[in-house]
Amino acid sequence: MALNRKIAYIDLSTGKIEIKPIPIEIRKKFLGGRGLDAYLLYNHTKKGIDPLGPENVLLVSGGLLTATLASATARTHVMAKSPLGGMIGSANMGGFFAPELAWAGFHHLVIKGKAEKPVYLWIHNGKIEIRDARNLWGKTVTETQWAIREELGDEEIKSMVIGPAGENLVRFANVMTGIKNSGGRTGMGAVMGSKNLKAIAARGTMDIKIAHPKEALEYNKRFIDQITSAKVNQTQGTLGTPFIWGATNSWGGIRCRNFQYNQQLYCDEIEPEAIDEVCTQTVGPYHMASCFGCQVHCRAKYRIPSGPYKGVYDEGPEYTSQGAFCGEPDCRSIETLLVGNHLVNQFGLDNLETGSLIAWAMELYELGILTDKETDGLELRFGNDEALLEMVKRIAFRKGWLGDTLAEGGLIASERIGKNSFDYLIQVKGVSNLHSDERATPALALNVATASRGSDHLRSRPAIDLYHLPEPVLRKIYSTPVPYDGPLSSEHTEYVGKPWQVFWQENCYMAVDCLGICKYHTVFLGATLPNFEDWPKVIYYNTGLEFTPRELWDIAERCNMLERLFNLREGLKREDPYRGDMLNHRYFDEPTRRGAPDVVGRVIDREKFKKMIDEFYGYKGLDENGVPKPETLKRLGLENEPSHLL
Amino acid sequence: MEVTGKVLAIYPEKCTGCRLCELVCSVFHDGVSNAMRSRIKIVKWESEGIYIPMVCQQCQDAPCMIVCPVKAISRDEALNRVMVNHDICIGCRSCVAVCPFGAMGFNVIDRKNFKCDLCDGDPQCVRFCEVKAVDYVDAERVSLEKKRAAAGKITAAQRQAIALELEIR
Repeated sequence: MALNRKIAYIDLSTGKIEIKPIPIEIRKKFLGGRGLDAYLLYNHTKKGIDPLGPENVLLVSGGLLTATLASATARTHVMAKSPLGGMIGSANMGGFFAPELAWAGFHHLVIKGKAEKPVYLWIHNGKIEIRDARNLWGKTVTETQWAIREELGDEEIKSMVIGPAGENLVRFANVMTGIKNSGGRTGMGAVMGSKNLKAIAARGTMDIKIAHPKEALEYNKRFIDQITSAKVNQTQGTLGTPFIWGATNSWGGIRCRNFQYNQQLYCDEIEPEAIDEVCTQTVGPYHMASCFGCQVHCRAKYRIPSGPYKGVYDEGPEYTSQGAFCGEPDCRSIETLLVGNHLVNQFGLDNLETGSLIAWAMELYELGILTDKETDGLELRFGNDEALLEMVKRIAFRKGWLGDTLAEGGLIASERIGKNSFDYLIQVKGVSNLHSDERATPALALNVATASRGSDHLRSRPAIDLYHLPEPVLRKIYSTPVPYDGPLSSEHTEYVGKPWQVFWQENCYMAVDCLGICKYHTVFLGATLPNFEDWPKVIYYNTGLEFTPRELWDIAERCNMLERLFNLREGLKREDPYRGDMLNHRYFDEPTRRGAPDVVGRVIDREKFKKMIDEFYGYKGLDENGVPKPETLKRLGLENEPSHLL
Repeated sequence: MEVTGKVLAIYPEKCTGCRLCELVCSVFHDGVSNAMRSRIKIVKWESEGIYIPMVCQQCQDAPCMIVCPVKAISRDEALNRVMVNHDICIGCRSCVAVCPFGAMGFNVIDRKNFKCDLCDGDPQCVRFCEVKAVDYVDAERVSLEKKRAAAGKITAAQRQAIALELEIR
């Protein structure tokens, strides 16, 4: 049964392992996945700890519905205090790891301390073993996974690993599973590296009892029809996330040359259709792959078509790789894109952060803030493909002054570089922004400014705001399960109604992250996809637990507040440019230079932005400083946190 | 039960590797989620992105049927399938050993062998596979489609030859 999956406490310093059940009262309050991770992090860490010290706690989990018939329950969630911004660190990845962990008997791992020598965890049907990983240290992401399979003699093992970047404590190293599934954001790979933990390998053949199998099967079938009938998912299933990059680039919604432009020109070679063509030529007409149980199949398979890496197999590239290796550095070669994507996948680097920071360094170089002295002679200009790929390697291995400096993440790097370099750093809470430009879309700007893990598009982005949906459609979505009768606007350049949309999406995304479902299966890119009304049935058929849509909403709100409490404890201040709900000044001061007529020449209005934040805080029950009011904590049952129940 | 000439047709190149078939198979037959219990299995070469669905071929002269010492395995001609009678089966696993496709499973929890029974004519793996990497079709259709695909290559070559000849003229 899904509900009897356990939680394991693993102390790498002492080697002590403790396994406990997860009480049902805890499930009813935090469900599982990211929500329960937030509870565990808040309870098991102390204020002000060093994110790369043994006192940081690494949480690895599946959701409440992982490996059940809820469709696309592939997501693994990873959490710790972030070494990148010092706020909450949180990353979510697809693939096949979480279901295998659940079949091996576990939903949550709480990993503390630091191993003396490199180790990995071997989790097999209820048992956990700490094993020597000295022979794995130094291996790339896929080398590590195949070596573990060989060592343990089982091809079905699924592992979550770090590459060289994680070992080298690059503060935005990711955790990875399979060829390209990555828990990318906020440096969770560095936390693993700091604990000398190279990998977590799982293999399980334990039954997960489905409460109502017949109904679960039928509902899953209905779900799949709903999901695959959405046009956006059909496009995702053909072109993958590059289609989003292509669409938003043509309209002027991506970042180019750090933050100088909002559109990349003359880039036919890296349009989604061109990438698709390479995949067709190098892999075949059927080149899309899926995560566990998912019918969207948005992951492309390819071989690098030319150059020194010719013939090498990899998967992707995603939107963020296009941003990192095309838009941001203003490079236009498909080979650079596919090679860059391959390098970050093998080194275990967050492509988003890597691309953003290199583009930032390129702008600094062109401005003369960085010189040949700092770059060791590398001509770090926009459009220099070779310099771009060279910097990726230097960051992963901390080579040279600049490689080592950028590996520290934007906040520390800007201190080291000095001068006014910080003014050009496009970040929130120390985490680089997605390669999208939000100056024409206030709703999306509010989302990146207030996302709990630092600038982010997967924590509260009302992406459907770009579709100009009729107001009644918006109202139908955004007024369940809690009534909302305030204004809503179909216009993406508007400010009214947007704070509510961001608040609603924040709770929606938290709910799917607690359940372990992919965001392509909810109201993220498609307005017709499942949300609060559908989940209670899925939960009931699969686990037997009963919830109302409103109860799920309350749980999501509670878990989001826990993340807020963590950030406040670590020093979140509303308008602090380093660790606040605040955007880079360029959002307010530099108008967009390119794009469609309703996009060009736009900035975010400072006063209106402030009002949006006020309104957003109001919905969340925060005071004007962003601190929860006592009655809010009481309403959400968080007045006694940390409560140390688990 | 209606007489049918239908078989499971596998198109490995279409498989996206999601393993939903494994999940629905185990839930349909055993009421639990457990890939180990699935009658169908996606075998992967992940480093090359190759995914191959493997399942019982319902052989005419099935090795499992021949090897069974107690004649617990027989053909059900109505549905074109090979079935195990668990009242007779002694759990010796000879069938597991001889199956050339590894399609006969042995469940270590129940201590019984298990294999694809085509879900009595409505294979769930087919029902849930959107890309139709697994399909349930009339037996003659399988080879017809393969013929057409292979013939397509010959026609393409012929067309090229004709075009080339026209060019030369």
